Amino acid sequence: MIKIDAIIKPFKLDAVKDKLNEIGVTGITVSEVKGFGRQKGHTELYRGAEYKVDFLPKVKLETIVAKEMEDQVVDAIIESAQTGKIGDGKIFITDLKDIIRIRTGDKGKEAI
Amino acid sequence: MHKLFSIKWVLIALLFGLFAPGEAVAEGEISAGLFTANNVWMMLAAGLVFIMHLGFATLEAGLTQQKNTVNILFKNTYIVCVGIITYAICGFALMYPGDAWIIPGWLGVAKGVTIQTDAAGLTTGYAGGGYTYWTDFLFQAMFAATAATIVSGAVAERIKLGSFMVFTLVYVTFVYTIAGSWKWGAGWLDALGFYDFAGSTLVHSVGGWGALVGAFLLGPRLGKYINGEMRPIPGHNMPLACIGVFLLWLGWFGFNGGSVLSADPALTSRTLMTTCVAAAAGGLGAMFTSWFVSKKPDLSMALNGILAGLVGITAGADQMYMWSSLFIGAIAGIIVVFSVIFIDKIKIDDPVGAISVHLVCGIWGTLAVGIFGDMAGIGQLMKQLTGVVAFGVFCVVTSFVIFGAIKATMGLRVSEEEETMGLDQGEHGMVAYNDFTTRSTH
Repeated sequence: MIKIDAIIKPFKLDAVKDKLNEIGVTGITVSEVKGFGRQKGHTELYRGAEYKVDFLPKVKLETIVAKEMEDQVVDAIIESAQTGKIGDGKIFITDLKDIIRIRTGDKGKEAI
Repeated sequence: MHKLFSIKWVLIALLFGLFAPGEAVAEGEISAGLFTANNVWMMLAAGLVFIMHLGFATLEAGLTQQKNTVNILFKNTYIVCVGIITYAICGFALMYPGDAWIIPGWLGVAKGVTIQTDAAGLTTGYAGGGYTYWTDFLFQAMFAATAATIVSGAVAERIKLGSFMVFTLVYVTFVYTIAGSWKWGAGWLDALGFYDFAGSTLVHSVGGWGALVGAFLLGPRLGKYINGEMRPIPGHNMPLACIGVFLLWLGWFGFNGGSVLSADPALTSRTLMTTCVAAAAGGLGAMFTSWFVSKKPDLSMALNGILAGLVGITAGADQMYMWSSLFIGAIAGIIVVFSVIFIDKIKIDDPVGAISVHLVCGIWGTLAVGIFGDMAGIGQLMKQLTGVVAFGVFCVVTSFVIFGAIKATMGLRVSEEEETMGLDQGEHGMVAYNDFTTRSTH
């Protein structure tokens, strides 16, 4: 099993979620985060003074899938989250040690 | 037989009208109906000035950080309560000594000290039929507390709660009242011919000087100035700030409208016109000035501009006409933008712009009485300047003394650790927005 973390632009969340549902991904967790990469922050204004805001709001999406689905899921996320403009985000893939369903105690692939 | 319109009842009504008590008035005396109308207006005005405290509370909360919101609201709650009580106990008597001067024209206290009146205070004889003694007290009490709340914005986010409470108690009870007696209490400034219709100097600059001294002695908030460069600390709730300013504008209908001290149609309607024109002009003046200066229009500046216009017209709201009100307001709106930027530049941290709105524009409004309107003239301008300077000296000296004494005894500023974690935690052990979420959970 692998864990896929994806940092995406917030307004792309619905598109990514729909695409993942389409290819059979059964569960995702979403959190609101902020961050920056090579996309710079922006300048804000308050009472006559400018100041730099480094962090940009993003959405972090986490999902666990079987190793066989890795390419499918990555392609799906890229296709639905991409705008072509700087700040589209990144995908991180890690091997997952275990996954357990709290209600039933199922482990491993059963619990996905 | 049942008639809709019986001639018998018409005749009875006519006879009753002819002999109804209270309608026959002596020469020069005011009728009961008019007395009631005047007093009702004055009581309504007192209520409108009262609502300004909600305006100040929400404005200050909106323009400061979330972690200090409980503290800001607590201070504002305290101010209106302590203001009313101290004014009842001795403030009203200090401000309006009548002929009970100790130092004639400068210091006096009305007989009895605490608010009290005989039957005469409830008749048309008291104030020419404008209002009763109690109405007089209440209306003026609302003004007193307003002077204190101006300070709370400038010292926000770093002043110790207890220290602020002590300062407010002393400042409102003694400084506001004694200085106020010089003009409204028929003291030496009044005799001189200085004019302040509703308090550009007596209320707004008094608060403004206290705000300036307080902000200066406290020093800027942590993180405001880093390596000599200013980093803005944006307010956490623009909607609250906006609500606050509109409540203040609404309150000004009573602040200026009630300062006519009767419901006189000609005076009150003209005063409300000048007030609103100045407010609107101030808003537009600040809006476009900030747009020009910063390339983007700043809401908080526009809101300050409305207040600047209101403060600016307050000294002469009954002396101005439409164009004079417009210019006074517009100029105040322009001034306030540059003043906010300037005050920041000289490293005085004023989170809400209180000094710029109330002190700077209070002085402008006071001087404007000598420049525009019915009293315009170099002589009047000199008298206005005298009042400005007199109040300036008195308020700055007393503020320094009071804040200084507090600093030396109980301390003025919270610790760095407390300021960082927020005064809500440090002073109150509370959170303003427990469980508040900004996004839907489903």
